[in-house]
Amino acid sequence: MYRDYVEPAWSAPQLLLIALLLVPALGAIVVALAPAARSRLVAGAFATVTFVLSVLPILMRPNDFGWFAYGPADRPPLVPWIDLDLPWVPALGLEFHLGVDGVSYPLIVLTGLLTALCCAYTKKKGLAALLLVLEVGVLGTFLALDLILFFLFFEVVLLPMYAVIAGWGGPNRRAAARKFVLYTLAGSVLLLLGVLLVVTKAGTGDLILLTGSPHLDRTTQYAAFALLAVAFAVKAPLWPLHTWLPDAHTEAPTVGSVILAGVLLKMGTYGLIRVGLGVAPDGAAWASPVLGILAVIAIIVGALICLRQTELKRLIAYSSVGHMGFVLLGIATLSVAGIQAALLGNIAHGLITGLLFFLAGTIKDRAGTGSLNQLSGLRETAPRLAALLGFAAIASLGLPGLAGFWGEAFAVIAAVDRGGPFWLTLAAVAAIGGALTAAYFLRLLRRVTHGPATPEVRSLSPAITGTEWLAWSPLILLTLAIGVAPALVLSDTAQPLTTLLGIRP
Amino acid sequence: MRSQAVDHIALLPLYVAAGTAVLALLADLFTGKRPAIIGTTVVGAIVTAACALAVGPWDPTFCATGGCSWVPTWPAAVTAALFGALTAAVLAFSVPALRIGAAPAGEYCFLLACSMTGGVTVAYAGDLLTLIVGLETLTLPLYVLVGLRRYAPIERPSTRPAEASVMFFLISVISTAIALLGIALNYAATGTVHLALLGPATTPFAALAGVGAALLVIGLAFKVAAVPLHAWAPGTYDGAPIPVAAYLSTASKLGGVLALAAVVAHLDTGAVMSALAVLTMTVGNLVALRQTRMVRLLAWSSVAQAGYILAALAMGAPGVPAALAYAVFFVVLESIAFGVVVALRPPVTLIPTAEQAEADGGTLADFRGAARRHPWLGAVFVLAMAGLAGLPPGLAGLFAKVSVVESLVAEGWIWLAAVVVVNAVIALAYYVRVSALLYTVPEHPGIHVADPGLIYDATHPRHRVATPVAAALTVATVTAVVLGFAPQLLLNALT
Repeated sequence: MYRDYVEPAWSAPQLLLIALLLVPALGAIVVALAPAARSRLVAGAFATVTFVLSVLPILMRPNDFGWFAYGPADRPPLVPWIDLDLPWVPALGLEFHLGVDGVSYPLIVLTGLLTALCCAYTKKKGLAALLLVLEVGVLGTFLALDLILFFLFFEVVLLPMYAVIAGWGGPNRRAAARKFVLYTLAGSVLLLLGVLLVVTKAGTGDLILLTGSPHLDRTTQYAAFALLAVAFAVKAPLWPLHTWLPDAHTEAPTVGSVILAGVLLKMGTYGLIRVGLGVAPDGAAWASPVLGILAVIAIIVGALICLRQTELKRLIAYSSVGHMGFVLLGIATLSVAGIQAALLGNIAHGLITGLLFFLAGTIKDRAGTGSLNQLSGLRETAPRLAALLGFAAIASLGLPGLAGFWGEAFAVIAAVDRGGPFWLTLAAVAAIGGALTAAYFLRLLRRVTHGPATPEVRSLSPAITGTEWLAWSPLILLTLAIGVAPALVLSDTAQPLTTLLGIRP
Repeated sequence: MRSQAVDHIALLPLYVAAGTAVLALLADLFTGKRPAIIGTTVVGAIVTAACALAVGPWDPTFCATGGCSWVPTWPAAVTAALFGALTAAVLAFSVPALRIGAAPAGEYCFLLACSMTGGVTVAYAGDLLTLIVGLETLTLPLYVLVGLRRYAPIERPSTRPAEASVMFFLISVISTAIALLGIALNYAATGTVHLALLGPATTPFAALAGVGAALLVIGLAFKVAAVPLHAWAPGTYDGAPIPVAAYLSTASKLGGVLALAAVVAHLDTGAVMSALAVLTMTVGNLVALRQTRMVRLLAWSSVAQAGYILAALAMGAPGVPAALAYAVFFVVLESIAFGVVVALRPPVTLIPTAEQAEADGGTLADFRGAARRHPWLGAVFVLAMAGLAGLPPGLAGLFAKVSVVESLVAEGWIWLAAVVVVNAVIALAYYVRVSALLYTVPEHPGIHVADPGLIYDATHPRHRVATPVAAALTVATVTAVVLGFAPQLLLNALT
């Protein structure tokens, strides 16, 4: 099987995977111990090195991977670009099994990028150290190819994110942080139950083996998928389990919001694809109509709430609920096109909402308020800031040619492709939700950028500093690049997705 | 009946432990110097631990037909070593209090070493009577230790330690009586006391044996403070000196867990144990949510933690390794938590007010902002709390929880696994609250300054942490971190 192709000794690519986790972990320690004046430089250096490392796996991509190594499995096996498998805790069935493939690679790069930008952006030492710890957890989750290891990394982010919100957040930060941590822990204990159910029934936690051939009977798959789906739905978040998100985003510091929206939410949708679909395909097929309905409700509810929202960061937070709705709709279709849309939507949301939170945080910090009633006329006092906000908002509403378009459009198309009145209805409602998205973003722009300038807006300093340009421009460029060439994200996803979905080639 | 051959190497850890107690007494008699007494006892405790590990699994001794009373296996050796280590740690935590003469050093060390001897006996016990004798030897010195407190002339004596001591004594005596009755009934039904021979009784005696097993489990459940048999625990913990409370919630609890594990591995007590487990974790966690005193919070949290161990034990023999693993991870983390409390609340020699004299463990508010003064202690405390909550960075606690939940799921007790994980969520609420408190700087009403932290630092000078406390904390923390990254070491030893 695939294991024959892995060299027994440590190869450079395997060391790369270890380094991807070690460098930020080491960075967190060094930053915590470094003098406060140097912390930004140190954190930026470690985060940049991690980002560079996160880009490198593309070089290790096998040039001609095809359908070799069939074996007894009735599905083509998952062949990661890099595969590292070390025993860790055999008594618990836990292996230190990491790997990269086309599905996880874009998310890994996104994580590296956003963390590097946030570390360069923030001046606070403790915050930078925690961001690096968060990065370890997120990268580990995306790299893990062992179920229990996946769970372990999934848990790593909980307390650091709590500390980010509770330590550096807004006035109601404690309540918001507590809600975040309890809500998401409730999700991850369900994940623990689901993971252990699968591991004990299948006798292995190896995601490659579990994805490659069915080990589980139908009933177990239903139970496991139900547990996993709820767990990931809390993290994603999927309506009606999203209520922790707006509070957490509103209270979190700017970089906290960026990381939360940009990468932490992706752990939910990635988990649903990698673990949910990969391990329990029958369960996914059984639950997909429910997921589809919930996703479409999330799109509509998110949009309707945004239309009534008067707080800048809260509005963007609720818009995430809608965007994640599109991602989940794509997943619910259980087609390669739909899941590609979901992956693309993930990346686009990470870039665009990351940018939106950067801008919203800057505006809120400078104007001293995030209330839409007190913000208007930004165009007059800070034209550049207004223009950037306009760009991000338009990208987020899904203008063709920018990154946000592809994920949402293809999710709808995938739903149409599923056919039948049910999926056609879902597609139609989702499309209406897309239109509502445009409505509330245009309302946001009208309120904030146009109109007479309020005293708060008049008093804010219009200049965009070098640091801010440094943090924002990569996001802007990538939004444009992926908008023009979505293949950047999707190039190597078809084969692993076929495996995940269990479609025979 | 022929006389039994005694293997003295198998008994070596017991000899060293008992010798330590005698040496502590002799050191007090002949030198009377506090450092000598404490040093002797700490070294004795460490040598006990080393001996237990060095002897490791050995031939059982005190054997009758079919069963032995002293069974050195790896789990026994590891837990006996843990008793030694915990005793050494608790002694180190006690040094600041002994320095100011809050308790007579000689008696204190002697009693603690006696208790350790009981713990070693429990670890190796191969029959029910040895088990009970060991358990009583473990507990008996604690009645005195809980109430052992001398008062300075200017201090107002408090009756709380005495109350705690008497309550603990009465409840322990009753629980032992119940356990002994259970053993007697079980003996009447099956005619055996050896653990290896315990098992279901023949038909006419099955009911009698069942009652015996239930009584035995209930009697032992008092020792681990399982709900509804827990009423003594919070008051006793809070009334006792903090190091003794630490010993009660680690070593004493470990003894109870070992005794229960020995029993449930052979007798079918799933119904009683699962009921106790559900009640213990749920009530423990819910009450812990409302606590305002630090030691009481830790006491209730340790009640809840015992519930997770009971959940694993409810499965009978298959759950024993997971329960023992959980217990070991738990006592390491719990002793770290207590160590931080000791370090942050040094005993005060000159006591300005009566309230402060009573504030032994202190209220939660007393710990506000403590991590500002002592960043390392803050970090270690967060590690312990995260571990008790079962979250990274407390990887040891995470693996503890995973091993319990995994064995529950594997044995088909999914409903109990669900109760465990729901409780983990409830528990996190108070664990994060306490941990965050250490990093919160109180705002003074009425005073507006740019940095309230500066005022706080000025009014709360940092104090030096006593070297023995710091050393014990370091060792415990390193142990927790190593076990977090290499839990296989422990899991191998316990199976």
